[in-house]
Amino acid sequence: MSEDLTRLTVTEASARLARREISAVELLQAHLERIRQVEPQIHAFITLTEEVALAQAQEADRRIARGDVAPLTGIPIALKDVLCTVDAPTTAGSRILEGFRSPYDATVVRKLREQGAVFVGKANTDEFAMGSSTENSAYGPTRNPWDLERVPGGSSGGSAAAVAAGEAMVSLGSDTGGSIRQPAGFCGVVGLKPTYGRVSRYGLVAFASSLDQIGPFGRTVEDVAIVLQAISGHDPCDSTSVDVPVPDYQTSLTGDIRGIRIGIAAEYQVPGMDPEVERVVDEAVAELQRLGAEIVPVSLPHTKYALATYYIIAPSEASANLARYDGVKYGLSLQGETLLESYLQTRGRGFGPEVKRRIMLGTYALSAGYYDAYYVKAQKVRTLIKRDFDEAFEKVDVILAPTSPTVAFRLGERTADPIQMYLSDVFTIPANMAGLPGIAVPCGFAHGLPVSMQFMGRPFDEGTLLRVAHAYEQATPWHRAVPPLIEAVTRRAPSGGTE
Amino acid sequence: MEFETVIGLEVHAQLLTRSKMFCGCSAEYAGAEPNTHVCPVCLGLPGSLPVINRQAVVSTVMTGLALNCRIPPYSKFDRKNYMYPDLMKGYQISQYDLPLCVEGYLEFQHDGQRKRVGIRRVHLEEDTARLVHRTWNGTGYSLVDVNRSGVPLIEIVTEPDLRSPEEARAFLMALRQVLRYLGVSTANMEEGAFRCDANISQRSLDGSVVGPKVEIKNMNSFRSVERALAYEVERQRSALRRGEPLVQETRGWLEDQEITVSQRTKEYAEDYRYFPEPDLPPIFLTETDLVEIRARMPELPLTRFERFVRDYALGAAEAGLLTEERAVADYFEACVQGDREIARQAANWITGELFALMRERVVDIDGVGVRPGQLRQLIELVRRGTINALTAKEVLVAVSETGQDPDAIVAERGLAQVSDEAQLRAVVQRVIEQNPKAVADYRRGKGAAIGFLLGQVMKDLRGRANPAVARKLLEETLGAPVE
Repeated sequence: MSEDLTRLTVTEASARLARREISAVELLQAHLERIRQVEPQIHAFITLTEEVALAQAQEADRRIARGDVAPLTGIPIALKDVLCTVDAPTTAGSRILEGFRSPYDATVVRKLREQGAVFVGKANTDEFAMGSSTENSAYGPTRNPWDLERVPGGSSGGSAAAVAAGEAMVSLGSDTGGSIRQPAGFCGVVGLKPTYGRVSRYGLVAFASSLDQIGPFGRTVEDVAIVLQAISGHDPCDSTSVDVPVPDYQTSLTGDIRGIRIGIAAEYQVPGMDPEVERVVDEAVAELQRLGAEIVPVSLPHTKYALATYYIIAPSEASANLARYDGVKYGLSLQGETLLESYLQTRGRGFGPEVKRRIMLGTYALSAGYYDAYYVKAQKVRTLIKRDFDEAFEKVDVILAPTSPTVAFRLGERTADPIQMYLSDVFTIPANMAGLPGIAVPCGFAHGLPVSMQFMGRPFDEGTLLRVAHAYEQATPWHRAVPPLIEAVTRRAPSGGTE
Repeated sequence: MEFETVIGLEVHAQLLTRSKMFCGCSAEYAGAEPNTHVCPVCLGLPGSLPVINRQAVVSTVMTGLALNCRIPPYSKFDRKNYMYPDLMKGYQISQYDLPLCVEGYLEFQHDGQRKRVGIRRVHLEEDTARLVHRTWNGTGYSLVDVNRSGVPLIEIVTEPDLRSPEEARAFLMALRQVLRYLGVSTANMEEGAFRCDANISQRSLDGSVVGPKVEIKNMNSFRSVERALAYEVERQRSALRRGEPLVQETRGWLEDQEITVSQRTKEYAEDYRYFPEPDLPPIFLTETDLVEIRARMPELPLTRFERFVRDYALGAAEAGLLTEERAVADYFEACVQGDREIARQAANWITGELFALMRERVVDIDGVGVRPGQLRQLIELVRRGTINALTAKEVLVAVSETGQDPDAIVAERGLAQVSDEAQLRAVVQRVIEQNPKAVADYRRGKGAAIGFLLGQVMKDLRGRANPAVARKLLEETLGAPVE
C-alpha cells in the first residue's frame, strides 16, 4: 500500500473507517510515521502520546466493528497543550507547569474522547498562549512546514503546523487575539475561532478569560465543521458558555454563496501591510464576487483601537489568571528563605519574558489610580468596537479581512520588538474583542508562502462563515497545496502505515 | 476632654449551603479529613471555572432583606487579587462596587433600649483554605487544608454607628440571632463560622479632635471583641489626652496578653486590583425573585420579641429568653397555640424546667424529649387539678425519659392528685395524732406549724395530695388557733 493516508480529510477517512477499508490503527500509524519523519525539524509537539493514541485507535477499531461510529472515531487529533488531559502532562508551554498532570479532562477533550478520537499529542504553544510565533514556548519553537526558517504563527503554532505537516488530521487550538486564525494562515490550513460562549472553556488553561475560545484546525472547511460540531454546546461547568442550540454545520456547506453580502472595511488597510498579501486577498475577493457574493463597503471606525484595547484587557485578566502559579500546589516549586522569596524565585524562573511582561502590564493597568484610565476605558472602547460590528452586520452577512498583514516571518525576526510581534494580530483581535466568530481560509501564496483571508460573522453564526469559506475553498485549489517538505518526505519514504 | 467612641464592624459569616460557592463539593467540612472536600475548582487548578451557587445568592439576599437592605436589580462578582498560600487561585472571588445588598439597618435591644445600626452592605464571596502552622525539629512549616476553600461567605459591613464595646457586642449577638433565625449560618464564632473585624476611633464631643481609624483583627469570641475594643478605647483616649500621635493602622488582638499590637500601617495597605470576574455572568434579581425570597423568610427576632410581650403579656426578660433562639420560640408557640392563659404557664415551664433539663443534658429544645403538645397536656393536667405542680415536675422528667404522654404517665403511675375529702380526712387525722408537738404549736398560735403538718400529709400521699383541700381539712380538724 503506497497511499498516503495522512492526505485524507476527516470526511474521507471516516467513510473508509466505517467501511473497514482502513483501520484506525493504520490511520494512526501513518500519522506516527509522518511524525517520525518531520517532527525533529518541525517540533509541533511538546508531548507525543503514542501509547495513549495506540490504545485509543484500537478501541476505535472495536467501536467501528460494533457499528458504533461517531464522526471523529479513529481520527488522529492534536491538542494544544493548554487543554487539560488526564493521560498526558499539561504544560501550557511553560516551565512553571513542569511535571503538572491534570486530574481532569477539559470539556472539549472529554467530548472528543467520547467520540472515540485518537490523541497523538499535546501541541506546542507560546507560553500560556501569549505570542504570535510559538517562539515563546519554554520547550523550543515550532517551525513552519512551508519553510523551516519561518515561524508557524502563534500561539497555536504547534496545532497549525501539525495539521499542515500531516502529523495530525485535525487539531484544537485556542484563540484569544488570533491564536488560531493567524497560525492557520501562516501554515496554509483552515482555522476557526468560534463565537465567545459557543465552546466550553472548562479545562482550557486560562490566558484572558473574556477573550479565550477553543477552536479547530483542519485542512478543509468541512473537517473544521466536523470538529466544531463535536466540541460546541453549553457546558454547565462554564457559566460563560451559552445555552443556544448548535446547528448541523455540515448542512451549511452548500457551495452556494450567491447573494451573500460580504463586507470589507476600509479600516483594514493598515500600514505595514505586505502589498503581495494585499494583492492575493484582492484576487480572493474577486473570486468571491464571481461566485455570486456581493461586496459591500462597511465602516468599523473603532477597530483601530482594538489592538491597544486588547493589550490592556488581555494582560489585566492574565495577571489574575496566572497568580495561581505560586509553586505551592503543583508545577515548578523553588524554596526561598521567606514566602515572598519562594514566590519570586518560582515565578522568576518559571515564567518566560513575554509572560512576565504581560503580568506587569496587567498588574499596572489594574492598579489603584490607573484602573479607570486603563481598564475601565478599555472596556468602554470594547463596547464601541462591538457596536461597530453590530451596525456593520445589519448591512452584511460576513466581514472579510486579511488574516495577517504579512506571510509567516522568520524565526527571531520580531522577538526583539514586542510591538512588531503584537501587530501581526491586528486583523484578528477585533473579533475577540467583540466575541465574534472568525475563520481563516487559505487564499493563495505570496513569496512562496501561504496567504490567508478571514471571515468574521455574527454571534453564533458559524454556519454562514463555514458556508462562505467552503464555497470559496471548493472553487480554488489552495487547500490541496502541500508544503514542499512534506512532498519530499512522501516521495522519499512512501508511507504505508507500517514500520 | 470628653471623647466619644466610634465603631464600625465587618462581619464574615459562612453560609449553610450544601455545596460550596462555586463548585459541587460539600460545604460541610467540619471534622473531615484535610483535603477531602476538594475538586479542580476549589483547588484552583489550571483551566477550572467557577459556577455560582444559587442557594448562596438566595441566602445572602435573605440576609439583606432581614437587615432592611435595598437589593439592587444588578449585581456582579469581582476578583480581589492578592497572593497567599491559603488562596488557591491567587485571587478571591468577591464583590466590590455592586454588592447584592446595600443601605440597610439592624435594630436590637440594648440596655433596655432599641438601638439602630446602619448596614452599609452585604456581599457574597468565597472562603479561603485553612493554614495549619507546625514546627518540626525547630523549623516552622505550614500545611494547607483546602476543605474550607470556596465555602460561601457573606461579609456584612456596618456604618460607624456603634458607640461602645458593649454595644458592639450586643449588635453582634443580635446579628448572630438574625442569621440563625434565617437558618443561613450557624454563626458560630468559636468554630470560625462567624468572624468579626472592627474599625474604631475616637472623637471629642465638641468635634475639635478626630482620632484616626484603627482596624482591629483577630477577635475570636464575643468576649474578645468587647475586651479588645475596651482596650483600644483606653489606648486611643490616653494617647489623645497626652497628645501622643495615633496612626491609621491595623492592629491584632492578643488574646493571652489582652492587648492589641500593630500589624500594618496605612502606607503598607494592599492594592487588591479589583476587576469584574470575567468567568461569571452578572446576577439579575427581579421583584418576583425578591417576593419569593421574602415569602420564605421567618418572623425576625425583634418583631417576635415584641409580639410575645404584646400578645402573651410576657415580661421583657421572659420574652427575651423565649425568642433568643428560633427553635425555642417556635416550641413555645406550638405549645401555646394562641391560648393566652396557657402562655404564662408555658413560659414558666420552658424557661424553668425545660431549660434546666437542656442545660443538664446539653441538648437543644428539640432534643429534650418533650414535644410541645406534651407540655401543653401537662399544663392542662395541672390546670384541671388532676395533678399538682410538684407531681407535674416529676411527670415532665418521665415524659422526657420515656417519650410517653403525660396523661398516660399519670394514669399508669397513679399520680393523679387526691382531692377526695374522705380519703384525705383519714390521712389528716393520722398526721394530727402522730404529731402532737406541731399540733400544740399550732394551737398556741404558731401558724407556721400548719405548713409542717401539710408536708406530713403530702409525704404520706407521696406528694399527690391536693394541697388546698388538705389545708382546709387540717384547719377544720384543728380548729382555730388560741389567740
